[in-house]
Amino acid sequence: MTSETTAVLSERVAHRGVRVFSAAVLIFLIAPILIIVPLSFNQSSYFSYPLTGLTLRWYELILGSPEWQTAILNSFVIGLSATAIATVLGTLAAIGISRPSFPLRGVIVPILIAPMIIPIVVVAVSLYLVFAPLGLTNTHGGVILAHAALGTPFVVITVTARLMAFDTTLSRAAASLGATPLAVFRRVMLPQILPGVATGSIFAFATSFDEVVVILFIGGTEQRTIPRQMWAGIRDQINPGILAMAGLLTVFAVVLFLLIGWLQGRAGAPAR
Amino acid sequence: MRAFLLAVPLLIFLAMTFIVPIGKLLIMSVKTDEVANAVPRAAALLTDWSGPPALPSRQTFEALAADLQAAQDGGTLASAARRLNTYEPGFRSLLLKTVRQLPIPEGEQADEALRRIDQRWGEPETWRLLGRAAHRWTPDFLLTAMDHRVGGSGAIEPVEPSQAIYVGAFGRTFAISASVALICLVLGYPVAFLLATLPARQSNLLMIFVIVPFWTSLLVRTTAWYVLLQPNGVFNALLIHSGLTAAPMALMFNRTGVLIGMTHVLLPFMILANYAVMRGISPAYQRAAVSLGAHPALAFLRIYVPLTLPGIGTGTFLVFVLALGYYITPALLGGAGDEMISQLVALQMDRQLNWGLAGALSVYLVVFTLAVYVVFNRLVGIDRLRLG
Repeated sequence: MTSETTAVLSERVAHRGVRVFSAAVLIFLIAPILIIVPLSFNQSSYFSYPLTGLTLRWYELILGSPEWQTAILNSFVIGLSATAIATVLGTLAAIGISRPSFPLRGVIVPILIAPMIIPIVVVAVSLYLVFAPLGLTNTHGGVILAHAALGTPFVVITVTARLMAFDTTLSRAAASLGATPLAVFRRVMLPQILPGVATGSIFAFATSFDEVVVILFIGGTEQRTIPRQMWAGIRDQINPGILAMAGLLTVFAVVLFLLIGWLQGRAGAPAR
Repeated sequence: MRAFLLAVPLLIFLAMTFIVPIGKLLIMSVKTDEVANAVPRAAALLTDWSGPPALPSRQTFEALAADLQAAQDGGTLASAARRLNTYEPGFRSLLLKTVRQLPIPEGEQADEALRRIDQRWGEPETWRLLGRAAHRWTPDFLLTAMDHRVGGSGAIEPVEPSQAIYVGAFGRTFAISASVALICLVLGYPVAFLLATLPARQSNLLMIFVIVPFWTSLLVRTTAWYVLLQPNGVFNALLIHSGLTAAPMALMFNRTGVLIGMTHVLLPFMILANYAVMRGISPAYQRAAVSLGAHPALAFLRIYVPLTLPGIGTGTFLVFVLALGYYITPALLGGAGDEMISQLVALQMDRQLNWGLAGALSVYLVVFTLAVYVVFNRLVGIDRLRLG
């Protein structure tokens, strides 16, 4: 056997190895979700297979419970409000920092990204310290402001990435043809960066939608969101209702996934 | 300048909701004015006191008695008592007991009266602690968070082993985060490689296995493991059924549970970071090396792996830094010996309202996180961070 054939052979073995190993890792990633979703339809309240029968009663239980209804409503109200703030502020900042003339980029950009990096408990405790004397704890407003801050780095990152690909001669051309700066932004730049803005805002929304630590500290019972309610449920006495909620959230995750995929498809296509 | 103005609204917003609050918390770790504000006259006199073994002057006793009454009327006593209690459990009850028996009856000297009310006022150590707490700035919380304290002689000394919990917790937090980052790298790198080298159609299909968990709520995934890893849960049933073990294994409320849960949550970050870099690497380089006679394994190690270093760096940094601040997953899947620093910070708030210690623990956590962040920014560049 020549050394060349052993090389080819070992390469083939390596490839096979990577495939088997990767398959195992991918199963590890998806299996927990695939296993618990059917359990949310289980007739009995035990978390084990085989299922004793199929039922929708756990879904009825949570969707009919006033506490969960409030939590679902809160999650969307807080998530959408925080996303709106984060998207506007993050997009403006991203447009600023992607201009070549932006000063102190090396200092400012890390500050803008920091909410993603600083441990969430530190953020939560700090916010309590400042919000409590201002009367912002136990209010929707306080939670929205906090979640908006946590979401901004995602908008900054995605929009900046999109702007890197933006051809600035387009806006200069529009300006030279007499368009006002606002018109240049609205008619030329925004359509180009919109997929980035949308992707960033979905990340910001998901951040708020999944956040529980800040709410634990600065939110009250009135601000209970879905993750806060799940956290309380698991700590107290885990019941199949929580699995039903997990099932709904998994469906929601798939929706977000499809939305991002669609946006990236649009981002790949040349903008009109 | 116009470019900078566009970032100003966000900077102001983050200053209010992020930078100022965190700055305030960090300052809390060295600032103690509750006691100085509550007993100002006694605090001033205590600075002139020579310290143990002598007792402070009679005027100090008088000043304290007057201060305590004023503090109770002024509403500053409770926070001072809480602060003192962090120095010595029982201090709060000592203050409250003392203030209940004030004012001092006519004709009795203040020092005798206080010692009659509670004999601890006759111990220099009580006054030493009061004097320490009455400083407006203190290193005490930063020392406590490192399992040290200022002893009776004024020298810094380690606390008793039974109370030394924080250095261990920092070490544990670091160890768990590093383990999770390493496990994620080992598990994620081959997956990213496969996804980056497969034809687009297959790769996009397999990507679902990475992205759907990525978008699934942290709480959902932690709940899933909470259910799966129970002694009578699906995982143990599988192990027993397949004959791998006879009795259920302890997979949660211990380190195993924490590592499984955290790896599962953070693995997509590692895969996506590496995938983003690998997708941009042309296979031509490696082919060139092989055609020039390099063994494929050597070509992979010497050509391909170095090209993926930015991905390895970004992924490892992200996973490690995110893991450092983890709270939910270790709290639900970990046991008594798996508390991470975040949990101890939360505990200081929940049970004790000890801002100083919560702040001090945060100082170390934030400084360490920022140090990692700066190193990463130097080596790889934060601009490398891509999402989606």
